[in-house]
Amino acid sequence: MRIPTCQTMILALSKDTIKVTQEQDVVFLKNRVKEVAVKIKMGLVNQTRLLTAASELVRNMMRYGGGGSCLIEVVSSGRSNGVRLTFTDKGQGIPDIEAAMRDGFSTGKSLGLGLPGTKRLVNEFSIKSKVGEGTTVTIVKWANG
Amino acid sequence: MLQKKKKNILELWMKNQLADEGLREDLISNDDLRAQSEELIDSLVTNLSSGNFTDLNSDEWSPVIEILGGIAITRARQGFSPRETGAFVFSLKEALLETLQKEIGDDTKALFTESMKINRLMDNLSVITFETFIKGREEVILRQTDEIAEISTPVIRVWDGILALPIIGTLDSARTQVVMESLLQEIVDTGSSIAILDISGVPAVDSLVAQHLIKTVSATRLMGAECIISGIRPEIAQTVVHLGIDLSNIVTKSTLASALQHAFKVMRLEVKKITPRTN
Repeated sequence: MRIPTCQTMILALSKDTIKVTQEQDVVFLKNRVKEVAVKIKMGLVNQTRLLTAASELVRNMMRYGGGGSCLIEVVSSGRSNGVRLTFTDKGQGIPDIEAAMRDGFSTGKSLGLGLPGTKRLVNEFSIKSKVGEGTTVTIVKWANG
Repeated sequence: MLQKKKKNILELWMKNQLADEGLREDLISNDDLRAQSEELIDSLVTNLSSGNFTDLNSDEWSPVIEILGGIAITRARQGFSPRETGAFVFSLKEALLETLQKEIGDDTKALFTESMKINRLMDNLSVITFETFIKGREEVILRQTDEIAEISTPVIRVWDGILALPIIGTLDSARTQVVMESLLQEIVDTGSSIAILDISGVPAVDSLVAQHLIKTVSATRLMGAECIISGIRPEIAQTVVHLGIDLSNIVTKSTLASALQHAFKVMRLEVKKITPRTN
């Protein structure tokens, strides 16, 4: 039998899904993320980075995806703990991910720093998108990474 | 049948309500409670005699629902707990069932059918009560949200010609609009030449917040005033750099005090400690 290989074994310790449809849910989501980050003893700088990243992604989800949901997980890779956030929306999707990941690219009238900036703020970043079906962004921030 | 027993039911209901531990005499007087109960029973019994037990969406039921909704909303505003509001409706159900039992007596089958009808009806009414109750609470919350947005953006005149604006909480588009409007208006009213935006109360600066800040600064510049951003905490500074936001053409300071100092320098003012004159 072949065991599927993974770059690192990441174990999910706790799960929590929050639906985001209104402006008020954004604040609620950020508070939850902060709570989880404090619980795993993440440092203040990393907390702020994670919070900012979450804020960018949830804004994108509200603006371009018409709302969606966010899965908050505490993950462990053996040595250290971290927070994994998965943002899923069923919006129009991103036609050109490569362009969207470039600094200064925006289809709206924003600074165009959301996605590339978020990638710089977190440890792991992955984005999947299908035009017409929606977008999923997953980020991981380690407590001391 | 229930029509005749209306008085009975009311008495029973009132007895139930008064016996309940959750009775809030501090929030509602017994007379008011009786008046509310009587009004509801009146319209309820009128409807019961019509024989329509199931379809609450029909026109006949709208007066009952209206009365119930009105009671639920006033209770939400007066600060009743959900349990206390629920007890109001549930105790009516008990009173109805008790009366039914006395009337029908030994005929178990008939008692069961009638009880089921009443049960279903009262459950529906309870759901409606709760829906309206929560709606009433939500209205209160919405009003408070509006109020918070209003009061959280004060413009302070710290010196002749220097304005300070502490921003607390997240800056979204709506708040930026309020901040910008009140700041620009105050600049005109006081003839100030320097405005300090203090963001020590902003939990995180993401690209949208930064964009809003940049816009506010440009608008202030157009009015001929200089804008300083203060209260940038170390972790905020690091995130802003990682995000790749360029704030280099804005004067930024870490504390409100240093921003004020900078403002004094620009205005050629000096703060001096008075040394007692020695003769």
